[in-house]
Amino acid sequence: MKTFDYARADSVADAVTAGGRFIAGGTNLIDLMKLQVETPEKLVDISRLDLNRIEERADGGLTIGALVPNSDLAADPRVIAKYEVLSRALLAGASGQLRNKATTGGNLLQRTRCYYFYDTAAGCNKRAPGSGCEAIGGFNRIHAILGTSDQCIATHPGDMPVAMRALDAVIVTQTPGGDKRRIAIGDFYRLPGDTPQVETVLEPGELITHVELPAPPAGRQLYRKVRDRASYAFALVSVAGVVTMEGGKIASAALAFGGLAPMPWRDAAVEAALVGQAPSDAVFAAAADALLAGAKGFGTNDFKIPLARRVLTACLKELTR
Amino acid sequence: MSLIGTLLGREETRSLTMDQPHPHSLLDQGTQGVIGRPLDRIEGPLKVSGRATYAAEYPAENLAYGVLVRAPFGSGTIRDVVADAARSVPGVIDVVTDYPTFIRNPQQGGEMKAPTQGVQKVDYHGEIVAIVVADTFEAAREGAALVHVDAEPAEGAYVFAAHRDQAETPPPDQIPPTTSQGDVDAAMAAAAVTVDATYTTPSQNSAAMEPHASIAHWQDDGTLVLHGAYQMVASDQSQLAAALGVAKDKVRIVSRYVGGGFGSKLGIAPESVAAAVAARKLARPVKVAMARQQVFDATVRRSNTEQRIRLGAGPDGRLTAIAHETLATNLPGEDFFEPAGIGTHFAYAAANRLVDHKLVRLNWLLAGSMRAPGEAVGMLALEAAMDELAEKLQLDPIELRRRNEPDQDPEKQVPFSSRQLVPCMDKGAQLFGWADRHAAPASDRRGEWWHGMGMAAAVRSNMLQKSSARVQLTPEGRAIVATDMTDIGTGSYTILAQIAAETLGLPLDRVEVQLGDGAAPPSAGSGGSWGAGSAGSSVYLACELLREKLAKAMGTSPESMTLKDGRAIADNRAVDSAELVGDGLSALGEIAPGKQEKAFNQASYGAHFAEVKVNAVTGEVRVERMLGVFAAGRILNEKTARSQCLGGMTFGIGAALTEELVHDPRNGKVVNRDLGEYHVPVNADVPQIDVHFLDERDIHANPIHAKGIGELGISGAGAAIANAIYNATGVRVRDYPITCDKLLEGLPG
Repeated sequence: MKTFDYARADSVADAVTAGGRFIAGGTNLIDLMKLQVETPEKLVDISRLDLNRIEERADGGLTIGALVPNSDLAADPRVIAKYEVLSRALLAGASGQLRNKATTGGNLLQRTRCYYFYDTAAGCNKRAPGSGCEAIGGFNRIHAILGTSDQCIATHPGDMPVAMRALDAVIVTQTPGGDKRRIAIGDFYRLPGDTPQVETVLEPGELITHVELPAPPAGRQLYRKVRDRASYAFALVSVAGVVTMEGGKIASAALAFGGLAPMPWRDAAVEAALVGQAPSDAVFAAAADALLAGAKGFGTNDFKIPLARRVLTACLKELTR
Repeated sequence: MSLIGTLLGREETRSLTMDQPHPHSLLDQGTQGVIGRPLDRIEGPLKVSGRATYAAEYPAENLAYGVLVRAPFGSGTIRDVVADAARSVPGVIDVVTDYPTFIRNPQQGGEMKAPTQGVQKVDYHGEIVAIVVADTFEAAREGAALVHVDAEPAEGAYVFAAHRDQAETPPPDQIPPTTSQGDVDAAMAAAAVTVDATYTTPSQNSAAMEPHASIAHWQDDGTLVLHGAYQMVASDQSQLAAALGVAKDKVRIVSRYVGGGFGSKLGIAPESVAAAVAARKLARPVKVAMARQQVFDATVRRSNTEQRIRLGAGPDGRLTAIAHETLATNLPGEDFFEPAGIGTHFAYAAANRLVDHKLVRLNWLLAGSMRAPGEAVGMLALEAAMDELAEKLQLDPIELRRRNEPDQDPEKQVPFSSRQLVPCMDKGAQLFGWADRHAAPASDRRGEWWHGMGMAAAVRSNMLQKSSARVQLTPEGRAIVATDMTDIGTGSYTILAQIAAETLGLPLDRVEVQLGDGAAPPSAGSGGSWGAGSAGSSVYLACELLREKLAKAMGTSPESMTLKDGRAIADNRAVDSAELVGDGLSALGEIAPGKQEKAFNQASYGAHFAEVKVNAVTGEVRVERMLGVFAAGRILNEKTARSQCLGGMTFGIGAALTEELVHDPRNGKVVNRDLGEYHVPVNADVPQIDVHFLDERDIHANPIHAKGIGELGISGAGAAIANAIYNATGVRVRDYPITCDKLLEGLPG
């Protein structure tokens, strides 16, 4: 760990002008600092800011403070009743202890669990741009099959953001200049391309203050996570789904995927293959085809392609039951 | 039997070499009533309140902190350890390396010589080559990240499949690599039913909670005191002294509490030598705790294996041939091989037999002992193959094993000291509800899940090792047990106290047990499941001698005297036993293996049962319940023994389903080097596990009639799960661990 400066922010305005890396729960950043994967010169502690409430808006949606712990969000009665997919996704992540510390804003920014990203002796363009990607040609069981580049095949490891992507969450920020931005979650993350070190559209110093959930969706919700042990493991494949049915046909579908891509993944073509159709094996297969049309395995993660197909199909059966 | 009380200096000693059976045990005649009982660990309150002092927790004045530096490449020769940047970090005192003295890899357990030394030529990724020492841990860690190891790279062997054809026969050590009887090939050709299957298991790591840690403190008289997390203090002292080039009596290791070892702390590891070298150079004590990643990189792994099992049987299921051929791996120059066939020597009868081991040399970190070396992975193969044979024969797996029960050791033609495999299976079948199992696989689907049951046998050889202990009786009526035996979480403190309390007739709270100090009488240490039998017998013998002294002081014979609750009762008299000890009594007990070891096959046995469910969509496996029934001689403490079995069975879940240490094909480095990605089973993976012990005494094993239990629980546990997966799905995965991707393709629709 490198020596760093520490400042505590007393207000959002303080925080965005303090000029450092934000730290709240620290469940990810501190580990990475110990390993010198992250070497911030300065930490700005935002954990005492007044951003830890969940409030219901007039439109029926929820505004979630960036500092709301994962445990509290998962246990909120409104979230359990109306955003079941989110509550289930949160509880599928990490461990009870970590969820007590991890925050909503921090969890959106959780960094990849790529083994090579974590090992400073390995080439990793995300950690050290230009040093190569050792996951390609190495062991890549947990790596992405969608949205990769020849610079990086790491996944976004989160569960909560996958549910938020299916729910069309909006991420509210404040910039160092004092402006508020509202960023649709679909616009929030960036694919690796040639700059895998840049993971979101956040500007330097920009702080996530809230996450807005639109009014509760109709229909059936589901979060399903496949992993290598029953708890405390990152998703090999996860599916967050919200589907409404009308007259025996799929009226709307929102499907987001974890474990498959560098960001919580959502593909309009998957949903287009479903909407207006009566559920059937053929329709589900068409949706899976749409999801996996561009899928590319890298050896030890090839199994994710058939696994994703099976899991998506099972989820669609459940959602359209 | 040689029962001799000798006078060595001022210390009276009771020695016993197990040349004869020992049919009578004081533990069966005691009236204190503490032996065998499911008592809490006597050191438990210290542990849960943070007062049990682990290796890295000892205070020392003027302590410096060391952080180890690795070679970040798989093979090569170091040109320079460039440390200018590290030295410039405020607080950094020095960057120390000593190429010839630093150890390349840990030593195996029980060896008396130094591990392989010399780190200028690097043989695996992550080898420890230097230590940064600073006034604070933080400064040392920051400095360590700035050290650059400049090296001339070399070719290395990093891929098992690419080098498996160059396997070599290891030199015979304690375990002969090859044994054979009869003609397996001919018997296989003539057999009515055969199985010829190859199973693979990956490298594994013990992943003990406490990382390897040492505080090295050179005393003014040139003695090194090292607080370390080690399992075998006496031999570790010899190893460390040899590595440092000092006399054996100039090294004292103290290892009072160990946060899990599982074999990874049998021999000394790189942090001890690095700490000692740095402390000597700086003339101040140095503490080093390995980072979790360094534990994965540079301590010791269980070897990966490729195991070919051949079974030939008649139509009645009686085996005519058993062959178990193993390829294991290790570093160049390291001859330890994973003895996967060790249980196959005597598990089942068959006239034609072959057990063979070969080594493939790879530039991966050291392979050595991890809990139940041999059986842990060998039984994954043998017992899955037996399940395959039962399936072919349309025989119940228990019936198949019953039909192949040998009446004596099938290779050495000596009797078993005790063998309750069949009673273990029968009891387990009854308790588990084995009769409800569907014989045909993939017969029980409930919603999205396939359900199935499996079983496997457990066998584990019993060992006795030379061990000694001192027991003192104080005028206050207390007993103090002292030995360099360790407690690695197994319950040594408690069972040794129980043995002393039972034999001396004292309440348990009047017995103090002092462990893990190299200044105490040398013991066998914790390894090979021999600790309880060996150290326990030495305490027993010392107490036997003390009983005689008490009887003499009372003017009676030991046979006529009853010791209970601190009172001595004989000839219609009762006195506080403290009144008989004068200024205090002391006795040394010494046990040693003898002719009983060869005259009998001594082993413990068990039967594992598992019920699993397998998701029909994803291939995810969940263990629903497990049962282990075990026979391991006298159970000294039902609670700690049960915990040992639970732990072993949990290791079995890991071996069957989740644990795989992955080596990068380009440089051999451990890819998944933390507990987030090396998947030991978590609570949610471990279901209700029941443990049942059969009553047993083994009079050939030792005077306390107990046998090893720490490794019995893992033997066969994973195979029961694998067999249950087959029963649930009809898919036989022979490549462990059975992760969901390996099941996907074959799952029934």
